[in-house]
Amino acid sequence: MGDRNASYVRTEMMEPQAPPITEVGAIRWVRENLFDGVLSSVLTVLALLAIAFLLHELGPWLLNSVWNAHSLSQCREILQGEPGACWGVINDRWAQLLFGFYPSTLYWRPVLALVLLFVALAPVLFPSAPRGLIWFTLAYPFVAFWLIWGGSIWLPISVALGFGIGYATLLATSRLGLLISTIAAVVVPVLYWLLFSGDVAGWLAGVVPLEIRAVPSREFGGFMISIIIGVTGIALSLPLGILLALGRRSNMPLIKVIAVVFIEFIRGVPLITLLFTASLLLNYFLPPGTNFDLILRVIIMVTLFASAYMAEVIRGGLAALPRGQFEAADALGLDYWKAQRLIVMPQALKISIPGIVNTFIGLFKDTTLVVFIGLLDPIGLASAIRANSDWQGIYWELFIFIGAIFWIFCFGMSRYSMHLERRLKTDHR
Amino acid sequence: MAIDSGAPKASFRLGMLIYDTRYRSYTIQIFALLLLMLVAAWLVDNTVRNLAALGKDFSFNFLWSTAGYDISQRPIAYDSTYTHTRAAVVGLLNTLILAIMSCVAATVLGVIAGVLRLSNNWVVGRLMTVYIETFRNVPVLIWIIVVSAIMSESMPAPSAFRGEDATASMLLFDSIAITNRGVYVPSPLFDNSLGSYDLGTLTLSLDYVLILLVIGVSIWVNQRITASATRIQEATGVRPVTWWKSLLVLFAPLIALLMFLGFHLEYPELRGFNFAGGIQMRNSLISMWIGLSIYSAAFIAENVRAGIMAISKGQTEAAFALGLQPGKTMRLVILPQALRVIIPPLISQYLNITKNTSLGLAVGYMDLRSTLGGITINQTGRELEGMLLLMLVYLTVSLIISSLMNLYNNRVKLKER
Repeated sequence: MGDRNASYVRTEMMEPQAPPITEVGAIRWVRENLFDGVLSSVLTVLALLAIAFLLHELGPWLLNSVWNAHSLSQCREILQGEPGACWGVINDRWAQLLFGFYPSTLYWRPVLALVLLFVALAPVLFPSAPRGLIWFTLAYPFVAFWLIWGGSIWLPISVALGFGIGYATLLATSRLGLLISTIAAVVVPVLYWLLFSGDVAGWLAGVVPLEIRAVPSREFGGFMISIIIGVTGIALSLPLGILLALGRRSNMPLIKVIAVVFIEFIRGVPLITLLFTASLLLNYFLPPGTNFDLILRVIIMVTLFASAYMAEVIRGGLAALPRGQFEAADALGLDYWKAQRLIVMPQALKISIPGIVNTFIGLFKDTTLVVFIGLLDPIGLASAIRANSDWQGIYWELFIFIGAIFWIFCFGMSRYSMHLERRLKTDHR
Repeated sequence: MAIDSGAPKASFRLGMLIYDTRYRSYTIQIFALLLLMLVAAWLVDNTVRNLAALGKDFSFNFLWSTAGYDISQRPIAYDSTYTHTRAAVVGLLNTLILAIMSCVAATVLGVIAGVLRLSNNWVVGRLMTVYIETFRNVPVLIWIIVVSAIMSESMPAPSAFRGEDATASMLLFDSIAITNRGVYVPSPLFDNSLGSYDLGTLTLSLDYVLILLVIGVSIWVNQRITASATRIQEATGVRPVTWWKSLLVLFAPLIALLMFLGFHLEYPELRGFNFAGGIQMRNSLISMWIGLSIYSAAFIAENVRAGIMAISKGQTEAAFALGLQPGKTMRLVILPQALRVIIPPLISQYLNITKNTSLGLAVGYMDLRSTLGGITINQTGRELEGMLLLMLVYLTVSLIISSLMNLYNNRVKLKER
């Protein structure tokens, strides 16, 4: 056996051949990602055609942009019949699109309020922010109100005092049990606001007059109004939504019925009917002679609207939580609110982050509907600008500008929610 | 010696209403009920006093008075001498027409975009991502106004279609004309029409009733044919060939009926300064339809993508291991499971579309909100009654849609432990 000779035995490895040119580098990538089969090739060609069409239509228009013009006719003179975007309208009217008819010497006030908003949001959004900032976050609503609406500083302070009184009541009555102290902590501040807060503010203003120029709501407009309504609605609808979701899952039939009826009613009607209710009907439901700010009424309606959707999103999160978590909280001897605060809500809210942020985005986009009840939001101002003889006939530049700003806000929110989901992820899937 | 069994009998003390969990829930509920009644009484009292101060009463009699305004889009007979009720019904029909058209278009677009976003094709995937992210993050009102501006600014006037050197031409063999006054499409006509039946408030076209009837019967017979084929297959293992029977049953009676009725299309043509004949879809309808559809399609695309991605890869592999072909894998294994994830958010999108039709105000579409909730309220000064009715109608429509969703959810729910 040993002496059998093979005629040919290779003793060293052959050099591997170079792979076919269609299997490496760019060609392979193109083959796999663009022309993988007939259908894919057809789709690629169609998509490229669509992109080429868009570039062909929009390219020259964007390249010939005119930034310095004070009317559409001036734009057309500069362009001399060529297609071209007339961004002069943005250059000319950006302040109006952002602030409406807010006095131009006071623009620093809403801008400062916006900058402070990010400072106030920092401890909520980012765990690395200094913890002490949370006190500023609590004070921010009053600071922002004073900066934007102006007037006497003592009005927001006297309203803020109500919350202090409520907290003090809660501490003072805590010996009487949670139920009584909660009710007292709600009733006492409400009585204070209804009966005394106006007098307190008036008296303080009489002693130390400290005020800046007041700006009435009808001078507000543009993105300022969208951001005011959006941010307030977002901040208020989350706690209200949590309460409604808990109410809907409550064992008490009456509480459950109230929550269900409220949620289903709000979710069943379009927001625009609620806004019309705010502008047309609220005067019927309030004591004769009362008349309060239209923006405030809109904020209330938008908040109620968003809170019903929020409640359903959070209910989904609560339903997704395993029953064992509730039972474990009970077994530890936690009472209802402690169980919710320490065990249930942190997990349920984490599950519902995408839904919550989607509701926020929806709320912010829905602020455009206030144009129907006569508030001058960006869309309303776009019509107002077009009504001016200088800019009659301009469409796309305004819509693109407004759309782009909405896009930045909404896209930013959705990206932040993805980041938050990743940060809070604790499972190892 | 008597043995005392059980716990000592607790005598009821008033404090237990607050501290004892057995009674506390009653205390809270009674408190809530009192509060609710107080608030309701306060609101009603305010309303009554306000109405009295304005010298108004609360009555729905205005519904039976003459409306006195015109509606541009009339699915049923209407002119300004009809009542406000009739105007509201026309508005409701316009709302429903727009809602159904938008739901269909948004579903088709959304499914295509969602599937394409998942495709391995790099360009197409990116293009769809850009589409979805652009449209989702900008308010729908802006899209509606943009489409409306495109329709009225960039589309040719009817006069551009005239003459030898026409700058615009009709699409699809001269059947569809897109102008700045609306889109004209062919309308179906019947030469030997059976006439219509007068129901008092609305007229019913017998032709369409007959056509619907025939289609219904055909579908029923077809279902019987497939059912019997399934029975034979289960008994013998061989499925009889049925496709030609189905084809015959589904189409032959319909074609015969259409020929009998003398069905043909009336094409729109240029007469004078405008198009005549065919059906005119006004710019308001077109801008609402396209605006709502492309906006909602972006959301539906994300639902579809989420539904398909929710099915684990193991399902596909298991189907392949069983020897199913890719087409059957999709149809029998992936889709039934994905649909369970896709359909609930899809129906809530339909709900949103229906509610968003109320934005018709922006482009002058005469929907329920513009008729009952707009002109009627302005003319009669009955804000309270009008808004109440408006909300009730929207609420009813929404509840019907969401109860359909619940029915579906209960049918396809996974039967687990």
